[in-house]
Amino acid sequence: MKNLKISSLLLLALISFSSCSDDEGTPELINEEEVITTVTVTLVPQTGSTVTLTSRDLDGDGPDAPVRTVSGNLQAGMQYSGSIVLQNETVSPAEVINEEIEEEADEHQFFYQVTGGLDAAAVYADEENDYLTNGSTNPVGLSFTMQAGAASTGQFTVTLRHEPNKDAEGVSEGNLSNAGGETDVAQTFDLTIE
Amino acid sequence: MKFFTLVLASLFSIAMQAQECQYSISGVVRDFHDGQVLPNATLSINGYQKYALTDFDGKYVLNGLCEGTYVITITHPECEVADFTIELNGNVKRDFKLEHHTEELNAVTVKGQNTTKGSSSSAAQVLQTEDLEGYSNASLGDALREIPGVSSLNTGSTVVKPVIQGLHSSRVLIINNGTRMEDQEWGVEHAPNLDLNTAANVTVVKGASALRYGGDAVGGVILTESPKAPAKDTLYGKTILSGASNGRGYGITTTLMKAYKNGFYLQGQGTRKRSGDREAPDYVLSNTGVSENDFSVGVGLDKFTYGFDAYYSMYDAEIGILRASHIGNVSDLIRAINSGEPDVIRDFTYDINAPKQDVRHHLAKLSVFKRFEKAGKLTLDYSFQQNNRLEYDIRRGENRDKPSLDLKLTTHTLQSNFAYDARSDFKADFGVEASYQENFPNPETDIRRLIPDYEMYTLGAYATASYDINSSIKIDGGFRYDFNEIDAQKYYLNSSWEDRDYDADFSDLIVERFDNQLLINPVFDYHNFSGTLGGRYQFVNNWDLKLNFSSASRAPNPAELFSDGLHHSAAIIELGDLRIKQEQSYKTSLELNGQTGGFSFGINPYYNQINDFIILEPTGLQYTNRGAFPVYEYSQVDARLFGVDLQAAYYFNDQFDLKTAFAYVNGQDLDRDRPLIDMPAPNVNTTFSFRKAEWNNLNVSLRNQSVFKQTRFPDTDFEVTYINDSGSEVTENVRVSESPEAYSLFNLASSAEFKVLNKSTLTLGLFVDNIFNTAYRDYLNRQRYFADDLGRNFKIQIKLNY
Repeated sequence: MKNLKISSLLLLALISFSSCSDDEGTPELINEEEVITTVTVTLVPQTGSTVTLTSRDLDGDGPDAPVRTVSGNLQAGMQYSGSIVLQNETVSPAEVINEEIEEEADEHQFFYQVTGGLDAAAVYADEENDYLTNGSTNPVGLSFTMQAGAASTGQFTVTLRHEPNKDAEGVSEGNLSNAGGETDVAQTFDLTIE
Repeated sequence: MKFFTLVLASLFSIAMQAQECQYSISGVVRDFHDGQVLPNATLSINGYQKYALTDFDGKYVLNGLCEGTYVITITHPECEVADFTIELNGNVKRDFKLEHHTEELNAVTVKGQNTTKGSSSSAAQVLQTEDLEGYSNASLGDALREIPGVSSLNTGSTVVKPVIQGLHSSRVLIINNGTRMEDQEWGVEHAPNLDLNTAANVTVVKGASALRYGGDAVGGVILTESPKAPAKDTLYGKTILSGASNGRGYGITTTLMKAYKNGFYLQGQGTRKRSGDREAPDYVLSNTGVSENDFSVGVGLDKFTYGFDAYYSMYDAEIGILRASHIGNVSDLIRAINSGEPDVIRDFTYDINAPKQDVRHHLAKLSVFKRFEKAGKLTLDYSFQQNNRLEYDIRRGENRDKPSLDLKLTTHTLQSNFAYDARSDFKADFGVEASYQENFPNPETDIRRLIPDYEMYTLGAYATASYDINSSIKIDGGFRYDFNEIDAQKYYLNSSWEDRDYDADFSDLIVERFDNQLLINPVFDYHNFSGTLGGRYQFVNNWDLKLNFSSASRAPNPAELFSDGLHHSAAIIELGDLRIKQEQSYKTSLELNGQTGGFSFGINPYYNQINDFIILEPTGLQYTNRGAFPVYEYSQVDARLFGVDLQAAYYFNDQFDLKTAFAYVNGQDLDRDRPLIDMPAPNVNTTFSFRKAEWNNLNVSLRNQSVFKQTRFPDTDFEVTYINDSGSEVTENVRVSESPEAYSLFNLASSAEFKVLNKSTLTLGLFVDNIFNTAYRDYLNRQRYFADDLGRNFKIQIKLNY
């Protein structure tokens, strides 16, 4: 008899516990803020038309691959001033992730690599001190200068590393070999210089 | 302290070299009905001036006996006096069971048999308190590796999951003090959320035969049991202090028990563990610190005919994950594999930063029992569990301190069992179990949920029985049915939904469509049938043969059904599948234990056929702005595992013995005719021990742990084209499948006991793990791509019993 009482009490407790669960309704939709859906590199020449490189992956970590577009060819011998913008377009209005990179400029660095016979070179045009006033001359790479050489074709790769070893040899010149860290952006564009 | 003593020794009798009047009888005296140990029982040998008293753990030793036949009388304040005849021709380990004083049960039964939690025919082994104490500052997974056939799946050295005969995670049930742990055990990086120090003993059942605890134990069941209170007025306790050089860690654990003659008891236990970065032989494993705080309290009344127990435990651990193992994309993985050492090596620190896990587990339990005359014992348990798992990744900006994963799993379980034990030759258990579970993934992480919101209902019923045909043959069997319903609310990216071709089969599940995501409400039902049948034949004294068949049915876990997206801590995209059905295993296990002279052995071959075995394997690459990620998909194949666990021991004399254990498992994917992934490599553990009771019970043992190279693994390497760090475009084979080389480690353990104060004993232990500071990597360590395993470790342990 005593057992029966206890068991019915327990059963009651179980039922009341289960019925007062904290979310009866629909779970909240999550649009990830940190996803970088869009990488835009803008190359502004001293004269002539601006070249824009875009990699857009609206489903973030989903199965769709990024769509890469290059607005035009580079002019031989031309110097371009380059900048990069990272955005999250899953939220509206699109969130510009650059601000976070600027705030954590000491923990981030972009790398620009030229491969496959493309006759061009990219040089950093900023330093941590521009964003953090920390006195550091280590580059961040949100802006850079690109010098196009002779007519050629090849690849241009943009990499963003989080927590790289900025003091390692060659890293401040844009050499990835000793940089380490984790990759936040890695996209390769086919470019032509004409 | 028999730190490295193989459990084997306790399972069958041991004889030593023939020497006159040097024999001993030792063992444990237990309550016949519930198997609890009986302290303070007196054993005397009729006609001789020999007697012994059992200690708090029910243990006794009778020394200095000659070859011959003895009658031993056992008395206990609450039990019937029992006489037992024993023939002695060597040292004997014998457990006795005593009957309580009761009017209705006149027959006095004393039996020297093994106590098994599964069924008497199943392969099962027990780690006792003295084995567990050596691991006071380590984890359950570390301790269980003492048992042949049990290995571990690690994430570094801090997340250790037990693997039973090749199977782990959702396939291994962990029963903590009678309650099935619901601690997100589906995750391979989720260590069991329980403090080893709460357990008085741990039983491993290698198979599905412990049906009382669940029907889905495709791999096996691990049962921990908390200390039992003696029925006398007493207060006692113990404290263990540990220190370790590797990680500069320390641990303290204290247990107190207050018991009364009327059966009432109070107990409390608390543990604190802290360690900084561990070290491999050549470098610091940065961010591998651990901070753990646990406690448990219990109160109860333990009369013979009725009683109750109330128990609460809390486990809280913050576990650092090797910084270098947190990577951005597949080229970071290639870089890590090629470099051979971690990308991030910092100076030692106690600080634990992201990536890390912060887990908390609450378990509250109330259990009542009533014993009925000429019938048995009815128990009713209610348990409440809440598991909160936070996982922190390296994040940017305002989200830096937010967890990436925040799961709160709440489980209520009500279960009732009736144990029929009125006849000494026939026993049966009947029971029902109902549970309700709710998972709440906190959306404040701002990361799409790895595991969705869900509610799960389960209802199970079982019956098991065992029958002694005669004194040497015992048969047992049982069946169980479980109904499982999972009701989830899950968001998919539109692109994933289409990519998986779900629209064709599951479009009716869609509740709402948003811009780039959709919400579905799947409600899936599973009917699971499981059973066991077996027998045990003791053909001569100290020789027995066990044969057991078991079938387990396991419904897919939420990860297998619903995972979808980037697993940040592993840099892989993990995809579940809504189409996954339950898996069903059919396992045959044979075990032969024997002993002749000073030599004893155990051999346990098994064959496990698993239909629709759920596996997670790499299937390709997915591209994002961050670069390429390997995609791991859950799928089902028919599989089989076979293997053998062997153990052997030779007792040279009272001082020296040699024990060795070997385990081999062979897993095969029958559909594709290739090896199964993540099977433990063959391994041999050999321990040479010396002990001398006269020298403060000195124990010294040297142990060799050798792990072969796993030669059987599926080729899951994949090719990826990327621009490498030096700026050239390369196509590289990502060597994720290759197993590490074989390794061999030597460990030293020693301990001695000292009497202090009145009734207290102080045990001092000194240990050296990996004496030669060997650099090695293990196939079953998920961080084997990134760093070597632990280097040399000096440990000290001080135990005070009072």
